[in-house]
Amino acid sequence: MIDVKALLEQIKASPYEEIVVEAPHTGVVRFAGIEPGTRVTATSGTYGEKPGTLLAKLTREHNDKPLFADAKGVVGEVSRDLEGKFVEAGTKLAVIRHFLSKDEVIAAILRQVLYLFTAPERAKYYFIPSVDKKVKASGPHAVKVQSGMELFIVSRMKREKPLVYEGPEGIIYAVYFQHDQNVDQGAPLVGVCPASQTSLIQDVVNRVRTDWEERE
Amino acid sequence: MEIEKRVVELSDRLQYIQDIFGGRENANIALMRSRLGEFAARADAPPGEKAQMLRQLEDLFGFLEKKLDEELTPMDRVRIVRHPARVSLKDILENVYDNYTEIGGQDEYSIDPSMLIARAYITRRKGDKVINQPVMVIGQEKGHGQEFRNGGSVKPWGNAKALQYMKVAETERIPIHTYVFTPGAYPVEDFPGAAQQIARNLYEMGGLRVPVVSVISEGGSGGAEAIGLSDVRLMLSHGYYSVISPEGAAAIEAGIRQGQRVSPDLIEACAKRLNITAADNLRMGYIDKVVDEPDLGARPHHYDFFKDLRQEVVRATDQVFLGVAGFKLFRALVASRRKTEDAEGMFVRWTLDEAAADRLVWKRYCKYRRMAETAFRDSRPSGARIASRAQSLLWSGYSFLRYDFLGKNFKKLAKTVGDLEAEARLVANRLAAPLRRSRDKNAPVACDPEKSRMLVELSQPEQGACLEEFGWRYVSPKAAEDKAVSCPEAKTYGCPDLWAPDLYGDFAGVCVHCGHHFPMEYQWVLGNVFDPDSVVEYDADIEAGNPLDYPGFDAKLEAAKEKTGRKSACVSLDAKIDGIKLTSAVLYSAFRGGSVGAAEGEKFIRALARARRRHFPFLAYVHGTAGIRIQESLNGLIQMPRVTLAVRRYIETGGLYVVLYDTNSYAGPVASFLGCSPYQFSVRSANIGFAGPGVIKETTGIDIPPDYHRAHNALARGHIQGIWDRREIRKNLKQVLLTIGGRNLYYR
Repeated sequence: MIDVKALLEQIKASPYEEIVVEAPHTGVVRFAGIEPGTRVTATSGTYGEKPGTLLAKLTREHNDKPLFADAKGVVGEVSRDLEGKFVEAGTKLAVIRHFLSKDEVIAAILRQVLYLFTAPERAKYYFIPSVDKKVKASGPHAVKVQSGMELFIVSRMKREKPLVYEGPEGIIYAVYFQHDQNVDQGAPLVGVCPASQTSLIQDVVNRVRTDWEERE
Repeated sequence: MEIEKRVVELSDRLQYIQDIFGGRENANIALMRSRLGEFAARADAPPGEKAQMLRQLEDLFGFLEKKLDEELTPMDRVRIVRHPARVSLKDILENVYDNYTEIGGQDEYSIDPSMLIARAYITRRKGDKVINQPVMVIGQEKGHGQEFRNGGSVKPWGNAKALQYMKVAETERIPIHTYVFTPGAYPVEDFPGAAQQIARNLYEMGGLRVPVVSVISEGGSGGAEAIGLSDVRLMLSHGYYSVISPEGAAAIEAGIRQGQRVSPDLIEACAKRLNITAADNLRMGYIDKVVDEPDLGARPHHYDFFKDLRQEVVRATDQVFLGVAGFKLFRALVASRRKTEDAEGMFVRWTLDEAAADRLVWKRYCKYRRMAETAFRDSRPSGARIASRAQSLLWSGYSFLRYDFLGKNFKKLAKTVGDLEAEARLVANRLAAPLRRSRDKNAPVACDPEKSRMLVELSQPEQGACLEEFGWRYVSPKAAEDKAVSCPEAKTYGCPDLWAPDLYGDFAGVCVHCGHHFPMEYQWVLGNVFDPDSVVEYDADIEAGNPLDYPGFDAKLEAAKEKTGRKSACVSLDAKIDGIKLTSAVLYSAFRGGSVGAAEGEKFIRALARARRRHFPFLAYVHGTAGIRIQESLNGLIQMPRVTLAVRRYIETGGLYVVLYDTNSYAGPVASFLGCSPYQFSVRSANIGFAGPGVIKETTGIDIPPDYHRAHNALARGHIQGIWDRREIRKNLKQVLLTIGGRNLYYR
């Protein structure tokens, strides 16, 4: 059994993700006015058309290639010693501390405590009628699943076939697919957890929702 | 009760004045405010005294309004036309015409509520008889600030509807009255496309065989042109007619980014510099007459104004009909001299016969051809000008002799000879049939031994059969740099960096991995598409000027001339493609962004005339254009209808007009003389559209995707007819000339 509380404490102890910015290719590095503590933004705009903050320029064969931040956060460290030097691809240039948002924390917790059952192919997925009835009547938590249980109907190009659940026994904590929407291969369909842990997980999620301080 | 109503009216008037003066303090306004306040404080005065005071107050308001009217700045006039209290088209329909039926719309239930179309009539007296003269009324409706009217900003489908009913009016042979009440067209690219639809409207209006009279109140750029091309152009005295809104001009002037604000002083200054008022436009010759409005602008309760307007539009329509009528005697003379108020005293039948309609269309062409003729500089000595004039006359004569006189007769002769030959061949075939039947079918076929050897043997590489001519004649100076270049699509397609000499030299600026086209200079096309040494430039001395003395613009023009070594953004030339002669006009972006002003328009028209006289196909190569040159204001904007009419004349006489876009082409030129071509092609990775992303975001609030204007999307929307690889322009152009131009490349 996973200790959810400990997990939360652990995230609280370091409430950010450290993203290491590496040189994508060789070249001479020139940093763009970033210092430890500088705030940087990620790619934005409705279509992702606005690049993030400029971190550095890598000059290769007289070609200045910009390197933009791809996460929002604060610059942790900058390898200033490399300024004006030729670097190989993969050299660490800077570290961005990306403070986790509520949703990211919840996702991180759920990723560790839930078993995610993923879609084997791109198709539309439905619960089998008996499960569907239960989900609609009393929510997904009412459904107990065990390995070998027929759980889904895979519908693709008007052909339908059953899909058997494989994985640990438990109850469905979260449903990730929607009616009449295609699910990509490898995307999670349901998250399963042991029945005893549901209230605990719910409690932690609620706590994160109310207590988590978004740092930016 | 009566007194209260009058007081409310007065305070409304005061509020209106404060609105249009934009919060500017003025002694007269302060006086009005204090006197109205004093009157309000004396609420308990006896009614007789109150009525007396009110009369005085009203007189004072009238007097001060007159004084204020003289102080109006151009920007105040802009605020007047944008004020919700301004007269709208519906008020005009109610008060100027005797009866009307709105077509295709009831308030918000319309394909575009900002475009209003109505069939109306004007009742006139002919002796004892009463005659209803029908007209098609088309115009933008601002609806006194109704939100769904979109401020009179018409969507492309609204302009399409306007065009549809212009054609209906043409079928019904009734005159068209257009009323321009628009701050500009709504800049979306969805079919039929803002730019392309305006271009289509201009092209069709150029050939309408019924009179068009337009009345301009708010003439905002392309949106105004969409219905503004007309035989008589009237303008309301408090209106404005401009190439761009003063705010837009100020934003460009200040070079600010989206979301920032421009200072009101700069906007005010730009409004002045752009020469947008009715008086300015009359002076420059872009409108025919100013219709006087009451002090501080016409509002719906100014019934006298509607009376005047009615007289003016009737008179203008009469004038057009009489101007082309076969039999008019004194009426034309009287029509031009009579006073406004007795416009209806004389009857003119609003019908045209075919010959008169031809004259009408020709007069319209001439009217626009004469506009803006002094707005550019022609630095040729007068001798050269006379010589050039004489040369074009000679060409016209030659063209007439060769193509119209001799050509027609030769064609007739050739047709007769061809028919006779075909007949003779048929008879000979029939006669020879018995001989052919007697021949042995299995006899061996005699073949030239040398030819059969060439067909069966391998080709000889040493003889050069496998060697192709390789390399480009013109190589971009960018190819001389020793550096690598990254493809902008590298993130999507993972393109490797390219070495500049490879990319700009051998690959013609095309990414070999994804096919992205990097912008190249216009010289690349001149050097590599046309036959070697076939390019002959002419009209190079026509020079872009600064007709409005726009401050600081002379220096910018000089800088552009120095940078490019040319005198305008248009290069006109004769050239050959694989031996096929053609005339071309090139708009290139290095000169003030390829913007079109009076000089560029004139060069384009002259090039079209040259192509018409010589019976050459015409290629408009648009290396890049940012739109109309705003510093020239109306001198630039008028090039839209002006050049479109020239294009129409060229196409109507049988010309093949092909447009090829490269890099970025936007706004006015695309919305007129380029967009009206039935054969528009684009080089890959070019952007084609009406307004840029910033303007779209600002006016519509829609965030557009980065590839919104890309050629592929323009093709998908039906705006252009094909996309070419830069390396294949020459091949494709030749193909177009052969397949679309036909055997004679010119004649239909």
